[in-house]
This record gives sequence, structure tokens and C-alpha cells, in this order.
Amino acid sequence: MKPRSVIERLAINKYKLDEGHPHIEIDHDSCKVKCVLQPCLYVCPANVYTEQAGLVVADWAGCLECGTCVVACPDEALVWVFPRGGFGIIYRSG
Amino acid sequence: MTEEKFEVIIVGAGVAGSTAAYQLARQGLEVVLVERGPYPGAKNLSGGVLYGRVLHHLMPEFWKEAPVERSINNQVVSFLTPDSHFNIDFKTQAFNQPPFNGFTVLRAKFDHWLAAKAEEAGAILVPGIRVDSVLKREGRVVGITAGEEEMYANVVIAADGASSFLAQKAGLREKLPTAHVGVGLKELIGLPRETIEERFRLSENEGAAYNIVGSATGGIAGGGFLYTNQESLSVGLVIRLEDLVEEKRKPAEIFDEFLAHPMIAPLIKDGKLLEYGAHLVPEGGLGMMPQLYTGGMLVVGDAAGFTINNGFVVRGMDLAIGSALAASQAVMEAHAKKDFSARSLSVYRQKLEESYVMADMRTYARAPHFLKNEHLFKAYPELITGLMSDIYRQEALPKQHLFNTLLKNLKNNEISLFDLAKDTINGVRAL
Repeated sequence: MKPRSVIERLAINKYKLDEGHPHIEIDHDSCKVKCVLQPCLYVCPANVYTEQAGLVVADWAGCLECGTCVVACPDEALVWVFPRGGFGIIYRSG
Repeated sequence: MTEEKFEVIIVGAGVAGSTAAYQLARQGLEVVLVERGPYPGAKNLSGGVLYGRVLHHLMPEFWKEAPVERSINNQVVSFLTPDSHFNIDFKTQAFNQPPFNGFTVLRAKFDHWLAAKAEEAGAILVPGIRVDSVLKREGRVVGITAGEEEMYANVVIAADGASSFLAQKAGLREKLPTAHVGVGLKELIGLPRETIEERFRLSENEGAAYNIVGSATGGIAGGGFLYTNQESLSVGLVIRLEDLVEEKRKPAEIFDEFLAHPMIAPLIKDGKLLEYGAHLVPEGGLGMMPQLYTGGMLVVGDAAGFTINNGFVVRGMDLAIGSALAASQAVMEAHAKKDFSARSLSVYRQKLEESYVMADMRTYARAPHFLKNEHLFKAYPELITGLMSDIYRQEALPKQHLFNTLLKNLKNNEISLFDLAKDTINGVRAL
């Protein structure tokens, strides 16, 4: 099998997007000022986090809701909750 | 705003939650089973085998109606180096007879079925609702909040999985440390039934389970797995989060290397990617166990950290069932006494202690520490494959006795005989 990019992998999944209700928000004061490691930029299996213009941003639509980023974030800069009931990743097989 | 009161609210319709709901509802309690996914299983991933003996006790011959994939009677442990592998491969027909040893399951299907069993028993399933927090009065839990709604109950059972925000909200545990969890990621790869049976030398309904260490995780503590389903393979990695953060590696990139490994690639060849998932895996063992109960609340399954990985087998679902049964007993006793205080619910701890759940958690209490031993991921796979290469390689040179070959390979990998003896003793005691 050819290796697939994370984006190609996520594209195969089923999601119900809760438009206008992001379930991840970033407290930039804690994130930018305090965090040196920025583990969110690499630990996420869905590559949700990227750095843009010096700020960490979350492309939350592809989130697999594993919660790895919350555990890894050293400064509790992630305001992370599960998507509202019925929304988010919907595993068909699991 | 409506105020509703039930006897029991269970948060999370996974294996633990639905088992507790089934057991309590069939004994006549009024049980509400709340699930954030649109259906039970929609948020769940299996990274292990369902060792089904305990479920068989609860629901005799469950495999006749449950959506199980394959009966696992071939268990393999693989040690990988970048270009070699060494397998311990065990297969027995004894595991392929009723009541069977274990099954692969796909959780979106299996959990759906188990929750339906709870509903048949009388539980009220409420999917599509995210529980936000617990309601507390005078220091004890009296219900839950979900958006604007409040729901009250004599007892709340938190079966909300590895992240268990509910246990944190109730003050039963702190934020999880990176040392206590693994990042699990998995691809479900579709292949025709015949191809799977040929490739893995299986007859109909037989299944294979591989636990893989070494190069699987690029030398980082963790391991890989590969399970056969009826018409798909579940292939994945579990990587210790603490090490991932330290090494600054992207899990998906480690996964790519794993899938391309010469042992794995031919097994998944020509497969079709059906799904990609990720999930936290509690790995701290006894060391991460939260306070298991408080007034009006119990914690079960992954939420309580009930998983065991001893290198050979990865267990979670059977412990989820065991803990749910212990919790159900405690709730029935509390119900009879009409006393849901922490003191009354402490029966849960006692029932867990009497069951295999705590016994096994204790037996393998040293396994998490042993399994992060660096030798296991780097030196030992190199040692064993180096030793095998020397045993089988024939050159026009005199051969050495096995013991000298071992010494040479130990030296190559900078392991002393003393290290080997120490790790062997620790391994035998931890596993």
C-alpha cells in the first residue's frame, strides 16, 4: 500500500461538522507567551495544529477526538471539549 | 428547564457503560445510558482483542448473536528491526472451540449491539448527548449537566473513556500526565476474506493477533498491533505520549514507517483503507488509578485506567466488563440500603478486589515500568535477530558455539550478561 498523507486518511472518515461551533479554542496568552515545546504541533495524529503567522491555530474539523493534545499541552492553553452531542468523528467500524 | 430524576445515570455507552446498564436494568433499576455519539460505538476504537470469557458468563454464547469478527486462536509476538523480524507464533485449536478465548471486534458494530442488549433489558439509551459536568450537592454527586439540561440520579457511573473529563470534574483525578497514556492510532484496511485467510493461514472464522515491538515505533516506547477481522485488518500503533513529546515525533510519520516495514507491508498489500482513527490508551496501570468512587458516583472501564499490556496481550474490554459488574453489585447493594454515600459505594472497591480485575492489575503492576525499558525497543530486537542471523548464516568460515555467538551479539548491542539476567528476572516477575 502506498503511504497516505494524514489529509488523505482523514478524507476517508465520516464526520458531522458542527459549523460555527469549534470545540477547540486556543488561549494565545498562555500558548504564545509560556509554551516553549509546543507539543500540539507534532503529537496530534490528525495534524490539527499548525503555526500560522506566529500563532498556533487549530483546524478542528478533522479532529479524531482522542484528547492527546490536551494531555500533552503543558500550559493548559487548549480550551478543548468534545464536540456537541452527535457531531464530530463518526466511526463506521471502529 | 426540566428536572428529571432517575435511579442510575451512566455516562458513555461503551463496553463498560452498556454492561453496567444491562446488569442494573435487568435487576429492575431505572437506568439512563447517555452517549455523546449519534449511536453507541461511533466514538470508539478497538485496539485489542475482546477476551470474552466474562461476557460469556453474563450472556451465555454471546458470539452466536454478537457482531464478532474472528475467534483469535493464533497469537504472535514480533520483534522488529529495520530489516528483520523474529516471531513467537502460537496457534491452538483449543482456543477455537466454544467458549472461545477471544474475538476481534469492530466497536462501532459491537458497542451498538451491546447497548441494544441493555435497552432490551430495560435501560433507556439517550444517544447524541454530550454530558458536560457533574452536579454536586453538599460534597456528593447528585446528577449531570448537558447543555441547559440537568438530570438527577441516586448514582452516576462514569464510563466516559480514557479521557474521563467527568472523573476530573468530580475531583476524582487530576489532569492525566503524559507518562500515563499512549497515543493509539489505527488504520482499518479492507481485504477480501479469502486473501486474509490465505495470507494468515487461517480457516474460516479463525483469527490472528500480532503484538509488535521494536522498530514498530521507531525505537520509542510503545508497540504495534495487527488483528484480522472478517474482511479487514486492524493495524495500528500505541506510542507512549511522554516519549513522543520528548522525541518530537509525529505519530502519523512513525505509522508510515511501520506500515512500510518488510514484515507488515506484504500483509496489508493491495488493501483498501476504510477508516483512520486515534484514541488515547490508559497505560499507567495501578499507578494512574483515580479514586474509584465518591458519594453518588463510580468510575469504570478505561475511565478508571483498567487496561493491561504485558507485551503478549493487550486487555481492556474484559476489564471494562469486570469493573462494570463490580460497580453494578455495589449499586444494587446501595440501592437496597437506600444509601449512596461514599462509604456505602466503597463496596465497589471491595468487589473489584475480589474479582480478577484488581488481581490482574496487581499481577501486572510492574508491567508498565518494565515495558518502557529501552532495551526492549532497541537492543533486544537487534540482539535476537542478530543471534538468529549468526545461527542460520553459512559462510566458508568456522562456526562458533551458540554461547559464544550470544556473547558476541550481546557485545554488539552493548548489553552485558548481567543486564540480560537482570532484564530476564524483571521480565519474568513483571509479566
